[in-house]
Amino acid sequence: MTTAIAPGASALPLRYSNPIGGIAGTSFKPEHLPAILSADPQRSFFEVHAENYMGAGGPPHRALEAIRRDHPLSLHGVCMSIGGPQPLDKAHLARFRGLVARYQPSIVSEHLAWSTHETSFFNDLLPLPYTETTLRHVCDHVDQMQEAIRRPILLENPSTYLAFAETTMSETDFIRSVAARTGCGLLLDINNVFVSATNHGFSALDYLSDFPLARVGEIHLAGHAEQVDDEGDLLLIDSHDRPVADAVWKLYEIVIERCGGVPTLVEWDGKIPDWPVLQAEAAAAQEILDRYGPAAWAGERHAA
Amino acid sequence: MLHEPTPSFSAAFAPALLDPARTTPGIVTGPHGKAAGKRYDVYRNNVTVSLIDALAAIYPAVQRITGPDFFRAMARFYVRSTPPTSPLLFEYGRGFPGFIAEYQHAQTMPWLADVARIERAWLDAYHARDAAPLAPAELAAVEPERLADLVFTPHPATQIVRSDFAAVTIFAANRDGAPGGRIDASAPEDALITRPEFDVIVRHLPPGGAVFATCLIQGRPLGEATTAALEASAEFDIPTNIAGLIEAGAFMSIDFGDAR
Repeated sequence: MTTAIAPGASALPLRYSNPIGGIAGTSFKPEHLPAILSADPQRSFFEVHAENYMGAGGPPHRALEAIRRDHPLSLHGVCMSIGGPQPLDKAHLARFRGLVARYQPSIVSEHLAWSTHETSFFNDLLPLPYTETTLRHVCDHVDQMQEAIRRPILLENPSTYLAFAETTMSETDFIRSVAARTGCGLLLDINNVFVSATNHGFSALDYLSDFPLARVGEIHLAGHAEQVDDEGDLLLIDSHDRPVADAVWKLYEIVIERCGGVPTLVEWDGKIPDWPVLQAEAAAAQEILDRYGPAAWAGERHAA
Repeated sequence: MLHEPTPSFSAAFAPALLDPARTTPGIVTGPHGKAAGKRYDVYRNNVTVSLIDALAAIYPAVQRITGPDFFRAMARFYVRSTPPTSPLLFEYGRGFPGFIAEYQHAQTMPWLADVARIERAWLDAYHARDAAPLAPAELAAVEPERLADLVFTPHPATQIVRSDFAAVTIFAANRDGAPGGRIDASAPEDALITRPEFDVIVRHLPPGGAVFATCLIQGRPLGEATTAALEASAEFDIPTNIAGLIEAGAFMSIDFGDAR
């Protein structure tokens, strides 16, 4: 398989990896840049949505360069549409590769979801049925992305609001198969687990027990909102616009107790608070990470 | 790579996302046989609201002029008829100024589409490739008898927007919240948009300036550009316009046409 990438697009090696270990980080929001730069570099890392830095130049790159100078970076793709049936966008793959080469992130991740159908981009993480056919597509797409950037990605479990009649396997079986076939790592979003468990009426603990934790290279935490479904029952929305819920913190502690220090990111994408509020959420995660001892790093767990 | 030619789940799932007249796709379900209507509507809402929000982020002055309710209703029509075709949302909404110009309820604000054109150009300048602007000394070093043949290479961020209305003044008043008196909306204004270094600038060009700058951006020599500008406006002043464009950082380099 080939991708439309010019040879020599970058002289930098693409296998660069700087393991983060048991450190808590936050989403990077440009409005926080002055506050972040005015303090000494923290024991932390930042995650950015890759697509926001795919412009040719200008202030976004200047901000990301400033952040990257003193902190490890996690590059989080939102729009690759890995979960869809249609081939990946080669131009988007090339842009993604360029960003990886330029900023040398410690972590690169994408979603088990789709966002593009034919030529329309829907700007949402849309769900997919779990079947042998969709599994084959997702594996092809993960392979293609990993070849383009020449390093493994972490694939994130989704939050979903509905299911598909044609689904034939559980989400955890699906994810386990993708990881086994492609060699990718996993990004475990514990808020997504809690949201989906509530929305689909399964046990979040059962899901986590069945999740291939040994392949997890990063954890996401975030806040969620509440709505109701057609029957008037609770329906949780993955809103990323408020603090992490207590129930999600409890699940997080259980996971960290079992798999030790994993880089943990607090996501916050809507109704952005002042920097100290987001920092305090990361500090709460760090306290749990520190309680369960030093980090093993992803490579060791993969080999285990 | 093999991809099944049979209809995919996404072909069944996608069409109703931006079309409220369509029913919930038959392929989706709630857990344990529950209904999926409101559940599917979460995706409809996420898609529609996030794309309207994207337009609001690109066109803040337009939203400030119309108010959020008017803006969001107008943007909803646009989003449903013209969803993005790129995952880069800062590329979205290029057709929005034209849509505004045709939008029935915006006909009382004939300058609104031009304000939107300036905002779209602003965002393109914001994301444009970094490049050092032409140093004034380079121009000063050109022998006077060769000036007419001089050709300018525009800075990647440079754009011109022409308006039959006071679009630059209206843009400035509603973008930065600059206080001002009453605006005579009927006074035509042309804008230069560029980003010499960190900050995007929007300048009101003097008479003939837009024709002059457009000729230079197109690569026509300085002599031709001057003639065209003087034809467009008898008030056109060469030194003021050249100095203004250079000072704004509108160009990257100069050479002579025959050197190309």
